[in-house]
Amino acid sequence: MEIRNAGALVTGASRGLGAALARELAGAGARVVLVARHAEALQEVAESIRARGGDAHAVVFDVGDKRDVHRIAGVAAALVGDVDLVVHNASTLGPVPLRPLLDTVCEALEEALAVNLVGPFRLTKVLAGAMLARGRGLVVNVTSDASVAAYPTWGAYGVSKAALDHLGRIWDAELEGTGVRIVSVDPGEMDTRMHADAMPEADRHALARPELVARRIVTLIRRADTLATGARVRAVSFDEARA
Amino acid sequence: MSPARWPRDEPLDERLLVIDAKASRYDDARVRDLPSMLRPGDVVVLNDAATLPAALEARTALGARVEVRLLTERLDDQARATWDAVLFGEGTWRARTEDRAPPPALAVGATLAFAREGAPRGARLTATVVSVSPISARLITLRFDARGSALWSSIYRLGRAVQYAYVAAPLELWHVQTPYASRPWAVEMPSAGRPLVASLLRALTARGVEIATLTHAAGLSSTGDAALDAALPMPERFDIPATTVAAVDRAHARADGARVVAVGTTVVRALEGSARLHDGALVAGEGTTDLRIDHTFRPRVVDALFTGLHEPTASHFRLLEAFAPEALLADAYAHAEGTGYLHHEFGDSCLVVRGSTGE
Repeated sequence: MEIRNAGALVTGASRGLGAALARELAGAGARVVLVARHAEALQEVAESIRARGGDAHAVVFDVGDKRDVHRIAGVAAALVGDVDLVVHNASTLGPVPLRPLLDTVCEALEEALAVNLVGPFRLTKVLAGAMLARGRGLVVNVTSDASVAAYPTWGAYGVSKAALDHLGRIWDAELEGTGVRIVSVDPGEMDTRMHADAMPEADRHALARPELVARRIVTLIRRADTLATGARVRAVSFDEARA
Repeated sequence: MSPARWPRDEPLDERLLVIDAKASRYDDARVRDLPSMLRPGDVVVLNDAATLPAALEARTALGARVEVRLLTERLDDQARATWDAVLFGEGTWRARTEDRAPPPALAVGATLAFAREGAPRGARLTATVVSVSPISARLITLRFDARGSALWSSIYRLGRAVQYAYVAAPLELWHVQTPYASRPWAVEMPSAGRPLVASLLRALTARGVEIATLTHAAGLSSTGDAALDAALPMPERFDIPATTVAAVDRAHARADGARVVAVGTTVVRALEGSARLHDGALVAGEGTTDLRIDHTFRPRVVDALFTGLHEPTASHFRLLEAFAPEALLADAYAHAEGTGYLHHEFGDSCLVVRGSTGE
């Protein structure tokens, strides 16, 4: 898709990959709405984008809350017009330190599903109807290799991401031929706070920087119409977009 | 006719009254039958305006409670913080608008502090009255003190959907959105499109019918103030994409007489309003129209109207008479009344197909 002048919405944009993606998209000329629960860090990211001439708006709501999802959609379209691109990047690991399923309380699994699966489902549902009527639009789910491999202690997170992957596959099949695409991308291991929360002992220097991964995902977004229906791709398969 | 008092579960099963002015007849159908009533090449035009939570509770500087219903954003304020709005006195939507207590008179410079019981913490919003309309002291222009995402987020945290006394319970924002809502320009749902769910849009496309969109800022339908109601609808803003103009032109260029089907009177207002501004030609882009459609109006762009059933009041009939003769409409409405059709924004629908031009 054409990123210049597109209305874009990135969830979980206050840090890590979400903040890097918002920066890259704004740098490529998109009008970007950044969503996260906590105001301070989010507003700092939005301000730093505006300081470099980008169009960025901080919108503080919780993707895991039904009423907030509808508020996000309305506020986003009021600020940037039609939303052509949605990146579902917000996610929760579930209980940290990570723990085996037998030690995971049911409510923690429910919360992981609410934020990582039901939230993106709701927000896509609210935004993709207009995309269908316009005949264009792209939804990108940020997934993880934990959705495919059965890593011990990654249960709540892995299950929610596996469900998100399959949600995307079915949705993309249903929308085939409409101009609206739903794709999933696995960013790979990155040097983010989420990674540190999950694996505090990991060697940070061996991890990819989120800024570089964001540039690969921008390339993916530009080429989304060439991907097969129901595509689940790895960010590392794409070149870094030039700034 | 009775109002539908709450959204129903299966929009495709809702009833559809088909009024064909050309054949001078009416028929019963269901919304799911719509594709079979249209032909390949027809263009269905949707109003993709999302509905704002336009009803805000506020207190005046003296502590009086008022309800503020946003009416239209003023385009002359570059800061995008100024709105025309209608004031209501203490009370809620459960009272009929005409029975609501009058609001206190607010002079230019008066301030309003918005709040809502149960609203999320940190949701604060204030505004100042910058003008009072000569039409009615209840029609004011106010300037909010917040801007941009802070303003919009507060409106969405504090506001509720505008609703009327016949609805059973408080409406949530998702009850008042069409399935394809985008920019929040409407202060009441452009409700004709409410039953047009994704599977129906896909069925229309599969039939060879083209789907096109525009955005039209649907206003308030009633205020309970006689002078103000007589002035409704106020001038409303619209935006017609170039792709929609092209789709309409394609339909009209076809030798087999493909039709332009407006979903809702707001779409008629936008398309015919644009054509009136440009010597009969539909032109892409934004505009504002004060067009009122009645029995004397001859549509130049729209060939059929898919709309909700509403109370058969004089003004609604005058509007439909732009598409079909009075006697046929009266017969069809009597039939709908006698066979239990429901009206208002969650009610049943009708499709009015125009006869030949100039009938």
